[in-house]
Amino acid sequence: MSSSTLSTILFLTFVAATLGITFWASRNTKTAADYYAGGRSFTGVQNGLAIGGDYMSAASFLGIAGMIALSGYDGFLYSIGFLVAWLVALLLVAELMRNSGKFTMADVLAFRMSPRPVRTAAGVSTIVVSIFYLLAQMVGAGALVGLLLGITSAEAKNWTIVAVGALMIVYVVFGGMKGTTWVQIVKAVLLMGGAALITVLVLAKYNFNLSALLGAATEASGKGAAFLEPGLKYGTEAQGLMGKIDLISLGLALVLGTAGLPHILIRFYTVPTAKDARKSVLWGIGIIGTFYLLTLVLGFGAAALVKIPATDTAGNTAAPQLAAAIGENFFGSVGGTVLLALIGAVAFATILAVVAGLTLASSSSFAHDLYAHVFKKGTATEREEVVVARVSALVIGAAAIGLGILAQGQNVAFLVALAFAVAASGNLPAILYSLFWKRFNTAGAVASIYGGLISCLILVVFSPVVSGSKTALIKGADFHIWNLSNPGIISIPLGFFFGWLGTVLSKEYNAAKYAEIEVRSLTGVGAEKATEH
Amino acid sequence: MTTQEHDASVYERVQQSSEFQELKRRFRAWTFPMTVAFLVWYLLYVVLSGWARDFMGIQVLGNINIGLILGLLQFVSTFLIALAYSRHAEKKLDPLADKLRHEVEEQTK
Repeated sequence: MSSSTLSTILFLTFVAATLGITFWASRNTKTAADYYAGGRSFTGVQNGLAIGGDYMSAASFLGIAGMIALSGYDGFLYSIGFLVAWLVALLLVAELMRNSGKFTMADVLAFRMSPRPVRTAAGVSTIVVSIFYLLAQMVGAGALVGLLLGITSAEAKNWTIVAVGALMIVYVVFGGMKGTTWVQIVKAVLLMGGAALITVLVLAKYNFNLSALLGAATEASGKGAAFLEPGLKYGTEAQGLMGKIDLISLGLALVLGTAGLPHILIRFYTVPTAKDARKSVLWGIGIIGTFYLLTLVLGFGAAALVKIPATDTAGNTAAPQLAAAIGENFFGSVGGTVLLALIGAVAFATILAVVAGLTLASSSSFAHDLYAHVFKKGTATEREEVVVARVSALVIGAAAIGLGILAQGQNVAFLVALAFAVAASGNLPAILYSLFWKRFNTAGAVASIYGGLISCLILVVFSPVVSGSKTALIKGADFHIWNLSNPGIISIPLGFFFGWLGTVLSKEYNAAKYAEIEVRSLTGVGAEKATEH
Repeated sequence: MTTQEHDASVYERVQQSSEFQELKRRFRAWTFPMTVAFLVWYLLYVVLSGWARDFMGIQVLGNINIGLILGLLQFVSTFLIALAYSRHAEKKLDPLADKLRHEVEEQTK
C-alpha cells in the first residue's frame, strides 16, 4: 500500500470519528450558550488542549518546521513570539474576559459603551481577521495535498479545498462550539503524539545529543555556522536597516496579536469560571510550548536528514519528508510509508480543525454582534440568533471555499501575519482600554478598532508584499511606497493612539458602568454560569 | 439563562470599598510590571537577533550558541511566569475575589 492511500485511510478515520462527535454534540446543542460557548461546561484541561488545537495551525506545524529546516535559527525566532504572546492572554485578558463577557469579543467592549457602533466595529474586525486567517489555511490545504499525495492538477487541489470547506461547515453548523472544541481536542492529541514520536526518533538517531543534531543540520544546510545564527530569513544583511525593523515589527505583531484573535478569545467562554479559564491557558502554554520545542528538533532534523525540493520555497514538505526518512531509517521502507502517512493525515486534521475554529468565531460574531444587536437592536430571540449563526457559518464557509479556489497558487502566507497585525493593532488596544481605562468610551473603542484595522490594510497594500517584489501578490505592477512587510511597528502604536484620541475628543463617559465592569471582571460577580443538561 | 441584574449602585459601593481596592492593587501590582518585564525581555531577544548577530553566534556548548540558549530561556521564562502567576492568583487574588463575590451576591439577593 502506498503512503498516500494509507494517509487517506487514516484521514478518513479521523473524519469519521470527528463527524460522530459532531452529531453527538449537535444533539446536546440547544441554547445560544451551547452553540457559542459549548454550554461553558468544558474543564480547564479540555479547553487547554482545544486552545492548543486552535492555535497550532498547519502554518505552525509544517510552516515553522519548514522555516527551521530552510533558515535554521530564524524559524525558531518565529515560534518564540507565538509562545510568549500567551502570557499577555494569561495575565491581562483571559480571566477578565471570562468574567465580563458572554459569547464574543464585542461583549466586553459593548458592556459600558454605546452597543451598536462598538459591536459593528468589533464584528467587522472579527470577520476580517478570521477570513484572512481562514483564506491562508484554505490555500495551504490545496498546496498541501499536492505535496503530500503527489497530486499536481489544479482541479484536484480545488476539490480538496471544497472537501475541507464542506467538512468544516458540517462541524460548525451542526456541532457548534461543543463539536468544534472536541475536534480541536482530538486534533491536538494526534498532533502532539505524531510530533513527539518523530522527535524521539530523530533524537535517538543522534544519541539524544542536541549539539550533534545541530552539527549535522549545519553541515547538510551548506550554510555553515550562519545556519544557527539569526539573519538568514529575517532582516538579512542585504535588506539593511529596513529588514531589521521589519523583524521587530513581525515580533511585535506575533507577541501582541494572539490576545486579540477572535477565535482564541471565544475559547475563554467555554469553561465554567475564570479560574478554569486561567487553568486552560496554563495548559495551553504547556502544550504549545512543548510543541514548539518539538518543531525545533523536527526542523533541524529535516535540515540534517532530507533534501527539500527547490519548488517548496516555504519548506512545507520538511516535516512529512522527515517522517518518511526517519521511519525508513528505523523500521525499513514500511516504517517510512506508515510515518509519512501518519504525518500527512495529522496535517489535514490540523487544517480542518483550525478552519472550523475560525468559521465558528466569525459566524458567532456575525449572528451575535451584527444580526442580534445591530440589525435587530437586541430584539432577536435566542433561537433566531442560533439559526442565523448556523446560516452564516454556511455562508462564510462557502465564501472561504470560493476565495480559497480563486487564491490558489497565490502567495498568501502573509495573510496570517496580517491577521495577527490587525488583531494586535485594532482588537487588543480596545480590549485592554476597556478592561483597564476608566475614561475609555465609545468613540475611543471605534477609533482604535477601525484605526488599527485600516492602518494595517493601508500599510500592507503599499508594501512589497502586494507589489514590487519577486514574491508579490500582484505581479508586474509596482506601487509600493515603503519596504515594510509587517505593519505592526507602526499600526500597533497607531491603534493605541487612535483609541486614546477618540476617547479624549468625546465627552461621553459612564462611571457607573465602569464600576460594574471593574468589579465584575475581577470578582466574577454575575458571570455567565455553565448550562446544565 | 440570563445575566443576573444588580442594582448599579452596589457596584459603585463595592468599587470604593477598601477590600476591592486591595484586590485591584494586588492584581495590578503583579501583572502590570510583569507584563512590562516579559515584553522587554522578549524584545531584547528580538533586537539582539537583529543587531548583535556575532554575539548570538558565540558557541557555548558544542554547536549550541548564545542565540539558541537565549531562545530556550524565553521558553523557560514563559513557563515560569505562567506558573508564578497561577500561584499568585490562587494565594492572593482568589480568596479576596471569592469573598467579595459572595458579599455582592448576598446584598443583591
